[in-house]
Amino acid sequence: MPVRSLVSYSIDRVEVLDPQGVVDEALMPDLDPGEIMRLYEHMVLTRRFDERMFKLQRQGRLGTFARVAGQEGAQVGAAFALRPDDWLVPAFRETGALLWRGLSMTQILQYWSGDERGGAFPKELRTLPVAIPVGTHMLHAVGIAWAMKQAGEQVAVLTFFGEGATSEGDFSEAMNMASVFNVPVVFFCQNNQYAISVPYTKQTASPTVAQKALAYGMFGVQVDGNDVFAVYRVTKEALERARTGSEPTLIEAHTYRVTDHTTSDDARRYRTDEEVGLWRGRDPIERLARYLKTQGSLDEAGEAGILADADQKVAEAVAAFEAIPPPGPEEIFKHVFAEMPPQLVEQQAALMARLARRR
Amino acid sequence: MARLNMVDAIDQALAQEMQRDPRVVVLGEDVGRDGGVFRVTDGLFDRYGADRVLDTPLAESGIVGMAIGMAIAGHRPVAEIQFSGFAYPAYDQLVSHASRMRNRSRGEFTCPLVVRMPYGGGIRALEHHSESMEAIFAHVPGLKVVIPADPYEAKGLLVSAIRDPDPVVFFEPARVYRAVKTEVPEEPYTLPLGKARIVREGRDITVLAWGAHVRTVKDAAARLEAEKAADVEVIDVRTLAPFDIETVVASVVKTGRAVVIHEAPRTCGFGAEISATLMERAVLHLLAPVLRVTGFDTVPPLAKSEDYYQPDVDAVIDAIRDSLRY
Repeated sequence: MPVRSLVSYSIDRVEVLDPQGVVDEALMPDLDPGEIMRLYEHMVLTRRFDERMFKLQRQGRLGTFARVAGQEGAQVGAAFALRPDDWLVPAFRETGALLWRGLSMTQILQYWSGDERGGAFPKELRTLPVAIPVGTHMLHAVGIAWAMKQAGEQVAVLTFFGEGATSEGDFSEAMNMASVFNVPVVFFCQNNQYAISVPYTKQTASPTVAQKALAYGMFGVQVDGNDVFAVYRVTKEALERARTGSEPTLIEAHTYRVTDHTTSDDARRYRTDEEVGLWRGRDPIERLARYLKTQGSLDEAGEAGILADADQKVAEAVAAFEAIPPPGPEEIFKHVFAEMPPQLVEQQAALMARLARRR
Repeated sequence: MARLNMVDAIDQALAQEMQRDPRVVVLGEDVGRDGGVFRVTDGLFDRYGADRVLDTPLAESGIVGMAIGMAIAGHRPVAEIQFSGFAYPAYDQLVSHASRMRNRSRGEFTCPLVVRMPYGGGIRALEHHSESMEAIFAHVPGLKVVIPADPYEAKGLLVSAIRDPDPVVFFEPARVYRAVKTEVPEEPYTLPLGKARIVREGRDITVLAWGAHVRTVKDAAARLEAEKAADVEVIDVRTLAPFDIETVVASVVKTGRAVVIHEAPRTCGFGAEISATLMERAVLHLLAPVLRVTGFDTVPPLAKSEDYYQPDVDAVIDAIRDSLRY
């Protein structure tokens, strides 16, 4: 009996905007100059907010959090392709996407300062709270997508995670179920090449994350994650396939985490300055600025104005955050159940009495 | 004798056991080149190499499941789960296989492995980094559950855990990691699993704790002694499974009163097991009900509300006074 090849597959990588700021016109997505400027402004705002958050953390005014720096192209580009009635199911590094969805900077600061009330993401934003256990939440995106399809809503669900999450069992289960039930979900992997200290090549022997889609009968594609046009293009196409044909997609945005994993990490222990420097040279914001300058839609004065505007918004948000009074003890008990069981009523009363005695 | 913190004491125990027994391997997320997120495995990768210190992919079930296979095949794996709040994917492997392999195979295959994990609050961490879920592990037949209170204890108990023929879940109180130094002998030593430790002898009341709260209780006892209010016997339970019934019952028979402290939620916390045991074995000696000072039946709160949640010295003293007044 002859040996026959049953299937063969290939994986595409999409690039639109090169590091010099030149676009491939044939692949350029349909964005008007106003939209492109908004993309740029939002990426700048995300960066400045991230930098300010880092300073606040170092001053002890915020707790541990995961920085966005270097990944603005990937997450802002992807979120930009969402419609307001689509859903977003984030991991924990998606500050730029959350802001784009309408979360306030003040609320984001409140959450990362260790105040539960910051987790109350308004329901109408269709954006779930952050999920810190790695790789667990993509299944929720599949469930939401299934429910949207049942309800006959022509909407899609976008879920973010990193390449480290693809090693968790729940990733495989989510991919499989999405394909088996044929639900409108887009799996968006920000492959930033490090899961804390573990580099991509020690995380998986698979040459790309995108090809993991093939085993589940799903479409998978890699995109230059520092190229906001390419990210927007492939995400928009994937969301459209989801909305109209209920087809899931896996997108791998190939990017790099230029800072530490979180504010508790020290990346110098496991990678070289040369490597980080190489990626700083591929910065997604600078790349878009080069394009805008070539187009004549941005000059140095305009650039400085956008920066100043972002800093002003951040400063106002920080001031509003710092004016929030600390959470009271009742916050611990309020939302465990819809109705507080007698044990909790008693425990809360005991705490209140203890606090009163000490005053 | 060197004074070490708990991080360094555990690191030393791991290094010495790896030196003594070539079957010992360490595996987990970031345990190699990075030396662990708390630096507990610092230096092991450089000393023993990638075949004995494995940086794994990000997969808790994978880490523990693979450790089970390694243990069956003759290794002595010491797996690290980065935070106990991320142990749940691995819980299935512990409950369904690690704890049962000996029983299932009638002793032909065994799982001499250790799963280490930092646990507990008091470190102003983000969600899922402050859990105290020791009771759900102590509830599993076939698992040993060990919790050191200080650096000296950590080294001796970990060495015993690694040499133990059965699976041990080893909870390291993250709050203690760098907060306390004790004298730690350079030479390897063991401390018995299944034996509680009387930290301070007293006549009036027995107060039991483990992990970070042994210190809370010691502070409470010192304050009550200074006020000449009570002579408190402090017991570090140290091993929740198997639980040292003999030492605890003997102490309560002597004092007639008991208070248990844990930061885990109250309902079905290990305090309930201790209380029930005293009911069964010492009821005629009790002068007051066994009281508990615990966390609430809530999600462990984020940093800004953490102090409301944690049992503290005042809360322990309140409970001791309530018991003494009874």
